[in-house]
Amino acid sequence: MVEFWIDYGFPLLIILLKIIVILVPVLIGVAFATYFDRKIWAAMQMRRGPNVVGPFGLMQPFADGLKLFMKETIIPAGANKGVFLLAPAITFSLAMIGWAVIPFGDGLVLSDINVGILYMFAISSLGVYGIIMGGWASNSKYPFFGALRSAAQMVSYEVSMGFIIVTVLLCVGSLNLSDIVRAQEKIWFAIPLFPMFVMFFISALAETNRPPFDLPEAESELVAGYQIEYSSMAFALFMLGEYANILLLSGLTTILFLGGWLPPFDIAPFNWIPGPIWFLSKLAFLFFVFSWVKATVPRYRYDQLMRLGWKIFLPLSLFWVVLTAGVLVAFDWVP
Amino acid sequence: MSVLGRGVRSLFLLEFVSAMRLTLRYFFRKKVTINYPYEKGPLSPRFRGEHVLRRYPNGEERCIACKLCEAICPAQAITIEAEPRDDGSRRTTRYDIDMTKCIYCGFCEEACPVDAIVEGPNFQFATESREELMYDKEKLLANGDRWEREIAINLEADAPYR
Repeated sequence: MVEFWIDYGFPLLIILLKIIVILVPVLIGVAFATYFDRKIWAAMQMRRGPNVVGPFGLMQPFADGLKLFMKETIIPAGANKGVFLLAPAITFSLAMIGWAVIPFGDGLVLSDINVGILYMFAISSLGVYGIIMGGWASNSKYPFFGALRSAAQMVSYEVSMGFIIVTVLLCVGSLNLSDIVRAQEKIWFAIPLFPMFVMFFISALAETNRPPFDLPEAESELVAGYQIEYSSMAFALFMLGEYANILLLSGLTTILFLGGWLPPFDIAPFNWIPGPIWFLSKLAFLFFVFSWVKATVPRYRYDQLMRLGWKIFLPLSLFWVVLTAGVLVAFDWVP
Repeated sequence: MSVLGRGVRSLFLLEFVSAMRLTLRYFFRKKVTINYPYEKGPLSPRFRGEHVLRRYPNGEERCIACKLCEAICPAQAITIEAEPRDDGSRRTTRYDIDMTKCIYCGFCEEACPVDAIVEGPNFQFATESREELMYDKEKLLANGDRWEREIAINLEADAPYR
């Protein structure tokens, strides 16, 4: 019995502690992400944004959370109760388990699995289930439309995202996220693969249903898409999951293209700053760009969205895979 | 624009880049909104807000129950009843304004021969129930005592144009 505890119980406890150490900051980060999103958006429209609750309105996300927590979870009479309540939980937990493989610094990763990027890709693909289940189980027309749109959109952009990831993998020769970062010690992939970087970022916008690709919840036509019938904590879980996904994809973009925890130049003032701070500041910058795009670009029409995904991104990324592979073979740079 | 030019523009996202540059410039601009409950925008002396019934400096109420305001009120929000007071002067016994009917046209203060009913500068008088918006004479006189300073200044500022 004692041996069992030493062999399994103790390591399990350590892992649980690590999970808490990662998840609590992530959740706090997600809460403040909603605040900064609103602040950035307001500033670009020359408004002030939330500024009443706490200093500079910093307590706003907690006030919102408390408000949602106190409300009643309304389940529509025609809804499939089990699936209806499962959907937000799935969205939320999928957005959370993605963080397991994100390296915050050199060796600072919960599970350093050798197929980390495939794991991330699988998680973000599964994300569509939460939305489609929520839309279907609501048993109402707008959520259903929103869910269908969302499914089509996420599937379309995952294809080109896959090719972009393949391009990066060709340059790295490993599926491990830490190895991908280490391969960028000489130069960040954002520079040689700049078009891929931009395309990956735009695909990430589509993947997280952010404007200009927020058709699943297009408020001018679908009211709020798949979220219409949700209230209280179920809605809050959708919202948290959405923002956690945005942060997760910002993190993934950082790892794939902006050199993860690496400083921009490996010289004195830059490499004094520890890796996790570099990682988080790059992540924060990408999040800023997410909000910046939201404040700038109007929503795409649905056919434009599909055209962009299938007729522009897919051929372009496919072309770039071939080009990168050709260049790597021609100059004998294959890692 | 040529097809090639359009192609280049959309391929390099030039329009997006210029739009993003524009929004970034706006990001650093001064805010145009005011911090409302703590800061307020300027009001004209003619601003027509919450009604008040004024008094003379000696404490005597100005209203002489001529009912001109009641007659002119297009929303018929004002109800007045009057009878002679013990000292023989004509005064109101009832002066009610239904604030939910009032359209804030300002005809009542235009009609008043003694500047008794005036729409003051207060625009924040939201209540928690509908009943509280049925103003009676006490409420209006209390408003008058509360806002007299501002109203006197406003009336004086606007006097040359009347």
